[in-house]
Amino acid sequence: MLNVEILREDFPILKRAVQEGSLLAYLDSTATSQKPLAVIDAMNEYYRRSNSNIHRGVHTLAEEATALYEAARDRITKFINAVSAREIIYTRNTTESINLVAYSWGRSHLKSGDVVILTEMEHHSNLVPWQMLQSELGIRLEFIPVTEEGLLDLDAYRILLERKPKLVSFTHMSNVLGTINPVAEVATLAHSVGAMVLVDGAQSVPHLPVDVQALDVDFYAFSAHKMCGPTGIGILYGKEEWLVAMPPFLGGGDMIKEVHLHSFKANSLPHKWEAGTPAIAEAVGFGAAVDYLSKIGMEEIQTHEHAMTEYALDRLVEIPGVKVLGPTAEKKGGVVAFTVNGIHPHDVAQILDRDGIAIRAGHHCAQPLHEKFGIPASSRASFYFYNTAEEVDRLVAGIYKVKELFG
Amino acid sequence: MDDLYREVIIEHYKNPSFKGKLNPHDYSFSDSNPLCGDHIQVELRVDERGIVSEAMFDGHGCAISQASADLLMESIVGKPLDEVKQLSKQDVLELLGIDLGPVRLKCALLPLKVLKAGIYGLGEASDDLVE
Repeated sequence: MLNVEILREDFPILKRAVQEGSLLAYLDSTATSQKPLAVIDAMNEYYRRSNSNIHRGVHTLAEEATALYEAARDRITKFINAVSAREIIYTRNTTESINLVAYSWGRSHLKSGDVVILTEMEHHSNLVPWQMLQSELGIRLEFIPVTEEGLLDLDAYRILLERKPKLVSFTHMSNVLGTINPVAEVATLAHSVGAMVLVDGAQSVPHLPVDVQALDVDFYAFSAHKMCGPTGIGILYGKEEWLVAMPPFLGGGDMIKEVHLHSFKANSLPHKWEAGTPAIAEAVGFGAAVDYLSKIGMEEIQTHEHAMTEYALDRLVEIPGVKVLGPTAEKKGGVVAFTVNGIHPHDVAQILDRDGIAIRAGHHCAQPLHEKFGIPASSRASFYFYNTAEEVDRLVAGIYKVKELFG
Repeated sequence: MDDLYREVIIEHYKNPSFKGKLNPHDYSFSDSNPLCGDHIQVELRVDERGIVSEAMFDGHGCAISQASADLLMESIVGKPLDEVKQLSKQDVLELLGIDLGPVRLKCALLPLKVLKAGIYGLGEASDDLVE
């Protein structure tokens, strides 16, 4: 069992009263998590003590900065059980990681008429890059349907596989429904017809144990800022053989072995994929975040969030007019999106904010999913290991208040 | 902040007087706020003297955008089109009688943007219309 009260001490922001007399109840970790002192201090310390540009420098600071930057990569490698740090590419975020694959692998491996399978529950970041290739190359996009319950329709998926897709790209955990998808099963089926597999892990890596070797996926993308780390840095994991074979994405310094006036030779992995001065302090913060989460334990985090989700679902369905999207607690992570009959999500979120309760309202960058369920938007509360049952109670009381105001 | 959901706003949201469609109409335009998916359609009838004789809005959205649309329609009926073209952000805020942060301001101004884009015959409701 997690000692949540003690963990909350690590987060200065959770002591803030955002409205007079109301302590912050932060229920928006799906958008971005809060940052513990361990991460804030590590970045601070880096700037105070070791700040320098990495690689090639021979002075002490350059060596320290390089060592810190690469040590963080090693920790991230272990955190998701990649085979080696050569498979861990620093990017800006999940979105850039997916764009990297679309730009490099997509443009070199796909041609007109080739099929790419996505799902109806994707975030815009796993839709738009492929739609861009659809316009540019004439690839065909197919979508695994989402059932009423909020799960992927795997029977429909098996039928789609008969079209011999070149790639299956999907989310590990929906940022709206909370659905945790059976990644290994979807990946095995994809591989059986020779398709590559890319997984959007933005919501899963922060909340549950992820082992990319056990899942056997080709690419896996995630962001630091949703897992206690800073904004501006993310990861693309890729199997080494693909990362070696794919043409470079961004060109520039650091990604080269040699440059002549008319040619260049790309650097070895992982540097081939990291052009220009990267987010060094952010990498240091990312490493600290991974240490912090490892110390707590991902299984423990998952267990706590499951309890929160179960409790929140129980309380929310009691409220007349509230409808929760997505499956039961057994099949989802700590994301609870809901609608309140007759009241727009923006109004719900705004009124909750008066009492210091931070939730998100809108289509959460998943407009097609909302269209599928016939709603323009939803309200979304999401949980992390630092959230408490008392905060769920405040959410529920707040929703009653909203309903009262709108009569 | 406490004024944000004052009664008049809730009332116009729940019981709008100018919600629906006008067929036939002289002007029609619709657009969305991409951040929240709010959608507003505005339809007008204008008489031979160039005066707005009827105005209706349709669509869905939060209390602020819907109340703003209803109040805006109410305010332009009987006004010359040339005068409606001159309406500004300030006019809408005065109609609503509230102060808004930058995010909710977009909700409040969507109806005016749609209205002006329709009158000017523009392809989309851009922010420049409500500066």
